[in-house]
Parts: sequence; structure tokens; C-alpha cells
Amino acid sequence: MKNDIYSYDLIPDVDMPAEFVERMNRMSSETVDEGTLELPRRQFLKLSGIAGGGLVLAFMLGGRPKAQAAHHKSSEQAFSPNAFVQIKPDGTIVIAAKNPEVGQGVKTFLPMIVAEELEVPWESVTVIQSEIDKERFGAQSAGGSQSTPRNWTPLRQAGAVARTMLIAAAAQEWGVSPSECKADQGYVVGKSKKQKLSYAKLASKAAVLEIPDATKVKLKERSEYKLLGKFIPGVDNHKLVTGQPLFGIDQQLPGLLYAVYVKCPSFYGKVKRVNLGDIKNLPGVVDAFIVEGNSIDGQLSPGVAIVAKTTYQAFLAEKALQVSWDKSVASNESWGDFKELALDLTSKPGPVSEESGSMDKAIKSADKEVEGFYTYPFLSHSNLEPQNCTAWFHGGKMEFWAPTQTPQAIAGAVSKILGIEESKVIINQLRGGGGFGRRLINDFACEAAAIAHKVDAPVKLMWNRESDMAHDFYRVGGFHNLKGTLNSKGKLTGLQDRTIVFTNKADGKPVRGGNVRAANIQCPEIPNVRLETHKIPLTVPCGWWRAPTSCSVAWVFQSFIHEMATAAERDHLEFLLEQYGEPQWFGKKTARDFNTERAINVTKAAAKKGNWGKKIKKGQGRGLSFYFSHLGYFAEVAEVTVDSSNNVKVDRVVVACDVGILLNKSGGENQVQGSVVDAISTLANQEITFEEGAVKEQNFDDYPLLRMPSHPKIEIEWLTTDHSPTGLGEPAFPPAVAAVTNAIFAATGKRIRTMPISKEGFRIV
Amino acid sequence: MATIQINVNGTNRQIDDIDPSTPLLWALRDHLGMIGTKFGCGKGLCGACTVHYNGTAVRSCSTPVSAADGQSITTIEGLAQDGEHLHPLQEAWMEHDVPQCGYCQAGQMMNAASLLNTNPKPSNQDIDNAMAGNICRCGTYTRIRKAIHTAARNGGAK
Repeated sequence: MKNDIYSYDLIPDVDMPAEFVERMNRMSSETVDEGTLELPRRQFLKLSGIAGGGLVLAFMLGGRPKAQAAHHKSSEQAFSPNAFVQIKPDGTIVIAAKNPEVGQGVKTFLPMIVAEELEVPWESVTVIQSEIDKERFGAQSAGGSQSTPRNWTPLRQAGAVARTMLIAAAAQEWGVSPSECKADQGYVVGKSKKQKLSYAKLASKAAVLEIPDATKVKLKERSEYKLLGKFIPGVDNHKLVTGQPLFGIDQQLPGLLYAVYVKCPSFYGKVKRVNLGDIKNLPGVVDAFIVEGNSIDGQLSPGVAIVAKTTYQAFLAEKALQVSWDKSVASNESWGDFKELALDLTSKPGPVSEESGSMDKAIKSADKEVEGFYTYPFLSHSNLEPQNCTAWFHGGKMEFWAPTQTPQAIAGAVSKILGIEESKVIINQLRGGGGFGRRLINDFACEAAAIAHKVDAPVKLMWNRESDMAHDFYRVGGFHNLKGTLNSKGKLTGLQDRTIVFTNKADGKPVRGGNVRAANIQCPEIPNVRLETHKIPLTVPCGWWRAPTSCSVAWVFQSFIHEMATAAERDHLEFLLEQYGEPQWFGKKTARDFNTERAINVTKAAAKKGNWGKKIKKGQGRGLSFYFSHLGYFAEVAEVTVDSSNNVKVDRVVVACDVGILLNKSGGENQVQGSVVDAISTLANQEITFEEGAVKEQNFDDYPLLRMPSHPKIEIEWLTTDHSPTGLGEPAFPPAVAAVTNAIFAATGKRIRTMPISKEGFRIV
Repeated sequence: MATIQINVNGTNRQIDDIDPSTPLLWALRDHLGMIGTKFGCGKGLCGACTVHYNGTAVRSCSTPVSAADGQSITTIEGLAQDGEHLHPLQEAWMEHDVPQCGYCQAGQMMNAASLLNTNPKPSNQDIDNAMAGNICRCGTYTRIRKAIHTAARNGGAK
């Protein structure tokens, strides 16, 4: 039964057309399984053949050798055996970065994987942002910390194919066997001292060779890595520190106009009346019109577009806009009502959605029962670059310059809205000033398209901060009425969660990031577990927010396990380790399945580095937490100092993690530090509330983000294992929250069950 | 509508036919095509739009362009004064690989430059206090602080 619970796949799908999700799943069945080193090689190949992984690779990595060779007929040919690598006869080495960069460092670390296998010095590589082309690059998206696991094998193969061909070209030149040659930092060397040729010299020759099967080329051993794992700064840093254009908002075009799009404060309300005549007479206003919208979640909400000669003129016109909204179809929901309803519902038994063992028996035979009601709020993504998008309808084509996490999803949506063929949609992907899941949904691109379609010029749609906060796709709030049982020996015998799952009104499925499963408890040794879920339909739009689901429920369960340990008068570390049980690997033993050995190792490592069990000053406290999410295993120990006025200083957070291997020491550290800061930011004082379907918070004064004086010292220990590497955009976040609140308990004896902690009278300083 | 003269990064620029209430931020971005200065909140809460006004950090989203008439403005594009070498802050930002998304970093660096001008060897506490008005949503504070110390050692107060 436990195995059933823990076989559940906890990786949420991100918002992409079904075909991409399917393709990526096919790919990950290969890349992820392979890296776990559990399946025998033969079985893996068979499996990936059935899953169609080979096909995917073939199409991502070229796979049409003769056509490729025929493509370049000049004597001085560039060598480009696949979409990712190009070596020119002048020695230029270009590697394409395929996925959107939103701060997760993907534009640097994915090309690093190619460069490692290609065996070239990083300094010699020019990284370019690739075009959007699913035929050549496969799925291009930034979500779910999936760029690493999904591209780990294909990109190593892309580099290795090129290296293998360069070696073959040199071997041919020297009339020796390729096995007598090896690649070494941009050169191929043979056995004789004279045998040394640069990749530049070999490019033309390699270009006419047959491209080998990507799945059969020899990949490097990890012990041979020269680049991966090093501290490599971001490839765009020079542009960033000198203020050069990179971001969506920076896009400039001749004759560019600027637009705002005003939606009903209550979600999905429609325009009844609007003073368009007045607006059109304002300085700089070029046009103003009503957009009906298509009422599809994540696409085009109804609203009013104003197009002006400058951003400021558009903003001024927005202030003068007077709209009478038809709210008959709008959300009229309120957070306060939901809280009351949830409190009432979760106080009563609900439909059992999962049960392992018998919770009734656990309660009957319990020596001690503990109950706790946990609540967390809706959150905004608050990308520092507000949503924006530039679109230009020209020559029957709709061209976009979009800071998006899912560039390949735009064409389908726009096609539905405007009736333009998908092939007539061109996407230029631009850097996003923060992602965190917000830009997985392309509502801003749909709006830009609807506006540009009516204007004979390129248009940059610019949201202001207030519209960004009022029209987000929020991290869903939640409620958990928990009960735990202990036996006379202080062992945890049962855990029951009566929870709320918010569901889409359209299809009755859990909202994005809103599904709660027993597997989220991540304590397989608890013999009796029951999950009861009450469903509440919801209109307020929800989205994927950094580590969807895990970002909220990790705090709930990791806090409650601490509560149970405290009730049992046992050490939290020892108690937590007991819940993992013996080292075991659930389900199909893929990277997606819970592996308690990895959990145990990171937990022990964090405890050791975090001085667990050692003395601490009065007023200080140490808190422990663990979570497995997005294929990464993270345990964290927070140290806090709390004064008599409940001011909390987070002094230090120690992070121990197992993500297989670290690809970029710099980027990896950045993600972990950022996730910890984000967690403290969130728990301090962030809450999105809504009344009559409209969000109340407007800007960073009433929705504060953590500032420099409050950031803690963050120390990271990377455990290196043979497992496939995984992404770091998300998994450091979930355990950080409970590490801090458990530390506050240790310092004060006060259990925090409501987020943010300002609701419980604490203040992060 | 007004005509405004601003010295931007050492060059005299004239902006014709502009609403004098236009924030300096949008004058720079939309009228002069200088997009290095970023829009974050529009209310002086996040610091992404920080520029130097006669050598001192101000929030350009909350400074009307009329107030900049006849004044000197330095933006991120002009932080490296001699055009050839980067400012020590820019060097330090690259050395420590400070940016994640990078959107706030122009504002962070302009604010840090202003700090170093008045306090060439700031302590951690000095840095925290001076930089508290600049939000980094990605949470790069650890590295920002390190980079400011590095820049201070390398003559960042110029």
C-alpha cells in the first residue's frame, strides 16, 4: 500500500500543449531512467525504443546525414552536425542555448553540457539564444526544474556526436583508426607528436562525414569532466552590467507603439460601458478599443486596450479610463469566505481520497493524539519585470518578442484567438526578468496579439505593477486539519490530513499546483495514513508558483512532523529519520520516485553541518526540515534569534542537497541562495487576499519582498551521487520554510500554523 | 508639452515635445531609447529604476523629467566613465556572477555606486542600510554584498 502511495508522480505538468507534454515525458522516461543507473543497459535501450525516445533524439540531433552534408557544399564549410553545435573554419565555436532564460541560469548551463562533451575550452565558446523551432530543438520551455533532466542526455549526445565526427575527420586525415585519436580542448591529437589538428582545421572535413547515431556515441565518464561543476558566470553578464537590451521590456522597433490593457478588477468581468471617446482625445493616444476575450483560462480575458505613442501616455490614459464592468460572470469570491468555509469543512470527515493502513485503528490504540490546523495564503509571483510583450502583425504573420517560459505554447493560443495559422506565428524569445512559474502562462502574449492585430504598427504591451499583482495566476492558498497519533513508545502510528483541494470550475480538476496527495507527506514509515479531501470550485486564476504544491505542503507536513516529535518528547532529527525507514526506492525506481536513502543522507548531512544537537544561546533556535521535489533532495537547518518583541532574525540557513552532480557551481549556488531568500520573503509577510473576486494588494508596499538587511548567511553542501543531475530552480525552496518556522518554535515554544508569520505576531528583521 | 535639456552620461540631450510630468525613467527609455534603466514598481519602492541625479542615487520612476532639466544624469550605460574600462562595481558583479534574472541589477549597481561615492569602505551594516531600498526578487543579496566589498577594495569610489 505504501508503495502505491509513493509511486505517485509528484512532478506537476506545466502549461504546454499536450503534444509537448507527451514528448517531454517520452524524453524524460529515457533521460531520467538512464541516469539512475538501476536499469541494466539493455533493458534501458529496449525501454527507450518502445517509448520512442530514440526517435525524439534523431529528430533533435539531426539524423539525416547525407542531407546535412549536401547542405554545405563550399570548400570551407562550417561543421554543424546538429542544431546545437556549429564550428566554423575560422575557429568560432557556437553553441545554441535552447530554453528561455528567466534567471535560472539555463542559457549558461545547458551550453556547458554541450561544451563538455564537445571537449572545447569554455572561453572559446559563443553562446547564442536559439530560435523557437520544435523540429530542431525539441521542447523549449522553462518550468518544473526540468531543463536539466530533460536535456542532460540529448545535449551530451549533441556534443559527443560532434566530437566523434571531428575525431573521425582527423583519423581519416592521418590514415589511422579513430581509436588512436582523442579530443583535447578544441584539438584532436593522435599518437604521433605531429598529429595535432584544431577543430577549426577539421571543420570542413567533418562536415561531409556521415552523422553517427546519437544514442551510440561514447559519452565521457564523469571523472573526465573539465567544465561541469566549475564556477561559470552567466553568459549575459557583460550585457547585464552595462545595461544592454536583453529583456522583453527592452525590445525596440521602428515605429513602436505602446499599449496598456485594462481588465476588470474582479476576474473575468466584461466591459459594459467605457469612455473611449474621451480616451482617444488624450495626448499621444493612437487608438482605444474593447477586446471581447475568449474566456479561456490563461488566454484572453475581456478588457480595454489603449495604444499610445509612449508608455507614460498610455499609463496616463489608463488613469482617465472609466469603465462600467459587467460583473455578472465575474468572480465574486473572497478569501475570508473561503477561510470560513474551509474551517467548517475540515472540521468534519470528508471523502477519503487515499488511505494506507487504518487511521481508525491508529486513533483507537493511540497513546497520544495531536491536532493542528494549518493555513497558507495565495501568493503572487511578483516578477520584478512586470508582464509585457511586443507583437507586430505584418505580412499576414504575427511576430512576437516575448519574455515567456513557454514560447512554443504561444502559437497555438494565438491561432485559437485570432484564427491565424500556427505557421504564421513567429516567436523571438527574450530574457525574462524573473519567472518563478508566472511566465508559463502566456496571457500577456495573447493580449499583445489581440491589440497588435488591430494596429498597423508594432506594439509593446506594458503592464504596470498594479495590474501585474491584480492579474497574476496565483499560488493557491490551502488548509490542512491534521491529526497525528503516537503509541506509548513515542512512535508515530498514524497521520490524517483533512484538506481542501480547490478545483477548476470548468473541468473539476485541481487548480494548478493545488493537488494534495498522501505522497506529499514523504514519511513512508507511518503505518496508517489517511487523506480526506473536500473540494471547493474556484474561479480566481491559479498558476504554477516556484515548486508547485511542494512550496506550500512541505511546510505543513514538515512542521507537523516536528510537532509530533515534540509531543513524543523525542529529538526531531532522530524522529524524522525514523519516518523514512530503511533505505529504499519506491515505485519504478526512476528519478521521479522517492528514494529514502538519498533523503537520509541529505538529512544527516544538513544536521551535521548545521550543528544539530549542539548548544545554542538563549533566544536562539535551530529548525530542521526536509523535502524531495523536482527530482532534488534537500534538507535544511535554520538558525534564528527571536527577541522579546517577536522580531525574528534568520541568522543562518544550512542546506544539504543531492541533485546528482552540480553542473554549474555558480548558477547552482545562486539558485539555492535565491530559493532560501524567497522562502523567507514568503513566510515573512506575503499574502494575496481578494474580495468580490478582486485582489486587494497592489504593490510592494502592501505585498513586501525581503530586502537586503534580512537575508541570512546561507551555507550549502552538495552531495555528489551517481544519479542524473536535476534542476535547481525549485527544490531548495520547500524545506526552507519549515526549517525557519521550526527554528522559531525551538526558540520560543510558539508553533506557527498560519502563514505568513506576521499573522502569528512575528516579524522578520 | 515642454522641451527638456539633460546631460545624460556626459552628453547633452534634448527632448522635444514631452509632457513635463513624464517620469525620468520613461523619458530615458521611450524618448532617448536608453533601456538600461528598468521599470519595477512605479512608486519608488523597488529601486530598479535607480539613476544618479547630479551624482546622487534617485528613483527615476518618481522623478519628473522636468526636475532633470539642465541637470546631469548618469545611467547604467554611463557607469563606466571612460568607456573603455568597466566600473569596479561592474567588474565585481561579473566576477561574483551576481545576476540571476538580472533585472534589478542596474538599479542595484547605481545605488551601490552612490554608496561608494560617500562611503568608500562600507561595512556589512552600511551596505545593508544603503541597499535596503533595492529589491532583488531572485534573492542575490549575498553576492551583491560581496561584490560591493570587492569593488570597494578595487577603488569603486570614483
